[in-house]
Amino acid sequence: MSAGRAVAAAGDSATFAFTAENVTKANAIVAKYPQGKQQSALLPLLDLAQRQNGGWLPQAALDYVADFLTLARIRVYEVATFYTMFNLKPVGQHHVQVCTTTPCWLRGSDQVLEACRHHLGIGVGETTADGKFTLSEVECLAACVNAPVVWVGDDYYEDLDAASTVKLLDGLAAGKPPKAGPQVKRQTSAPANGAKTLVRKGV
Amino acid sequence: MPSLTINGKQITVDAGMTVLQACEAAGVEIPRFCYHDRLQIAGNCRMCLVEMEKAPKPIASCAMPAADGMVIRTDTPRVTKARNGVLEFLLINHPLDCPICDQGGECDLQDQTLGYGMDHSRYEENKRAVVDKDLGPLVSTHMTRCIHCTRCIRFATEIAGVEELGTLGRGEHMEIGTYVEKALSSELSGNMIDLCPVGALNSKPYAYTARSWELIRTEGIDAHDAVGANIRIDARGREVMRVLPRLNEDVNEEWISDKSRFAYDGLRRNRLDQPYVRRNGRLEPATWAEALGAVAERMRALGGARIAAIAGDMACTESMTALGDLFRALGSPHLDCRQDGAALPVGARAGYVFNSTIAGIEGADTCLLIGTNPRWEAALVNARLRKRYLGGGFHVFSVGPELDLTFPVERLGAGPETLGEIAAGTHRVAKALQGAKQPMLIVGQGALARPDGAAVLAAARRIAETCGMVRDGWNGFNVLHTAAARVGGMDVGFVPGQGGRDTAGILHGAGGRDLGLVYLLGADEIDMAQLGQAFVVYQGHHGDAGANRADVVLPGAAYTEKSATWVNTEGRPQAAPAAVAPPGDAREDWAIVRALSDTLGKPLPYDSLAQVRERMVRIAPWFARSGEVTPAAWAPFGTEGKLGAAPFRSPVTDFYMTNAICRASATMAECSELYMSGGKAATGTHG
Repeated sequence: MSAGRAVAAAGDSATFAFTAENVTKANAIVAKYPQGKQQSALLPLLDLAQRQNGGWLPQAALDYVADFLTLARIRVYEVATFYTMFNLKPVGQHHVQVCTTTPCWLRGSDQVLEACRHHLGIGVGETTADGKFTLSEVECLAACVNAPVVWVGDDYYEDLDAASTVKLLDGLAAGKPPKAGPQVKRQTSAPANGAKTLVRKGV
Repeated sequence: MPSLTINGKQITVDAGMTVLQACEAAGVEIPRFCYHDRLQIAGNCRMCLVEMEKAPKPIASCAMPAADGMVIRTDTPRVTKARNGVLEFLLINHPLDCPICDQGGECDLQDQTLGYGMDHSRYEENKRAVVDKDLGPLVSTHMTRCIHCTRCIRFATEIAGVEELGTLGRGEHMEIGTYVEKALSSELSGNMIDLCPVGALNSKPYAYTARSWELIRTEGIDAHDAVGANIRIDARGREVMRVLPRLNEDVNEEWISDKSRFAYDGLRRNRLDQPYVRRNGRLEPATWAEALGAVAERMRALGGARIAAIAGDMACTESMTALGDLFRALGSPHLDCRQDGAALPVGARAGYVFNSTIAGIEGADTCLLIGTNPRWEAALVNARLRKRYLGGGFHVFSVGPELDLTFPVERLGAGPETLGEIAAGTHRVAKALQGAKQPMLIVGQGALARPDGAAVLAAARRIAETCGMVRDGWNGFNVLHTAAARVGGMDVGFVPGQGGRDTAGILHGAGGRDLGLVYLLGADEIDMAQLGQAFVVYQGHHGDAGANRADVVLPGAAYTEKSATWVNTEGRPQAAPAAVAPPGDAREDWAIVRALSDTLGKPLPYDSLAQVRERMVRIAPWFARSGEVTPAAWAPFGTEGKLGAAPFRSPVTDFYMTNAICRASATMAECSELYMSGGKAATGTHG
């Protein structure tokens, strides 16, 4: 896909507008910024629009946000195409983003990605026929200490292997995703095989 | 004022200057791609790296403010290596298609690679390819050549005032584009071609028609509007291949409008290349002797009182001088250079020029537009207004048509009623103008070319006088012209003499048979139907409305084909030599009039261009100071009277179609269809 051009996508609606609830939210976001600096609200507003629109931003949404902030539309297109977290094409209900940058790769992201491919039956950048899953490969998610990592929705699933990845996907499909965070017996980022520091009592 | 050392040389520069500018002041050349002195600093090409003492690595000199005590070196191995490296990176994805690139031979990247680059490439991987964008009928794109300097984006955003271009995507996938495919909606878009340091943006009409080194360059003056932009005409043989801007800080800086740049293909079509005489209702080719003889015979038969002349929008001052002298010698007072009927005051020069000067706009703080759309009437005046607006503290009011000038304009009303209130001091804006330090007003031809034009002019003068626009050292009263010929015509007195008829009078007289002959010097924009049964002589360069109606056609030269003088809207006379020869039997216009005077047995007292120009200087001494503005003395002008009710309209309803050359230009026709149809037509899939 060329980033330099708008791609008309299936389901690309001609119009977009914030819901009443989101207008309130948007106004609250804009109000955080000093007078004259309202354009700073662009990123959170695009995020809000993307959430409202099922995880992606049609051109109508970009235009709407531009007009909302009285920005030139091209300034919004620039931002939306720059940040990979804004999806300019439709995505499935669950956008499975597998990190394959070096630390995750060293810790087995190849197996995680392969498990996704195999289990979902789609390639990277594709969406399942039922529209439930979109699979993406992404660069570092900044959770290397819990590598390999997969990002779905607002949650990170960490310390994955092929088996736990399949479990995750099945859970998402069934509407009962596993608890976010490490998928091994481990508290957040603490050492997986027991505490290494602060082990002596009374120090 | 910081004082710094550059390559061992001590130099003091103005505060706020950058290291790059300081180096230039010291005579040290700094290579650059993204930096341009009329655009904001981007600092993204890294070509201008220099070494600064105590800095751990080379600095980008374009973005580093010059500071006191800095020690800069540009001649060290480290700088050489840095430039080498930057160029190597820039060339990673740049195609090696210089032999077929229109920029070849005048390419910054080519030149700087030769000067600062390596002699070979170490890159063996595939190069990146980028899809070309469709930016409309004027600018062609080869985006694979783009080095992402972002000059075009900054030009569009800052100078042209149309935020349509941007950087899309990131990193390896970054592209310059509009995202949603559309043509650039700016009348200055051609300047991006000049700004592009590589061959990514090229001229679409010029594409693959010539190589830059085979062109003969002539410094010319643009005659498509009354700005008098300084241009360079590049020709091959007898053909104008392209038109480029030439630097003149006082007039056009380094920009020209798309009309000035791209209408040249109209010079090749529909030309009058031989004399014609109407026989049995049809224009038939004739010799010069036959054509001049036919005109002279009629003139002699009718006598001075029954012949009249109207000069058109692109007539040169020399030809108007000669034709005016001839008609006066024949005893005809019926002359007019105001074919649109504008109420320009004869004799009071301050009442028909742009007194504050174009550069003077930058000194103003409040501006009142009266019946004008400067964006279409004089795109570069509008660019200067925008530049002033970007400087901050500039308020623009308008009485007249709805406007989109690329900067905010407060519209006060549509017509004379509002103007009357301001003139009477009862409108709130009168206070604002009186309170301003350097107020100015611009009266357009749309406000003057109407029955109450003289009253509008008087009202404008009253506003200028009561709002402190006219005082020592500042004259904010400005008339904005749309025709290159107009001020020159007024200056050499191509206006009705004692008892003479003006344009309306001439048309009326011709229709009513009081006049037997009307001589049109390139006048195409009058209502030919009103000429009735009169014998019409058309002297001009295009087979347009005038030539169609004419009984005798005398083929003249277009603005690129004659050594001629134009006086721009400021009253700045500018002379330019001919770039190419006129086609066929066409001749320079003053010489045609001189030849006619011979045929008539009343030879004009000049035999050379130099002598015509001497005559011009005797009529108006400021013609001796070519290129300069001679301030006009303030004098009474305009006629107080009742203002009409009709709203002001701009005379330019289609920016791309204002004269015979534009009307013959395929490029302008395409632009007109695309941009003037309300933006409904799409590019790419269109046509």
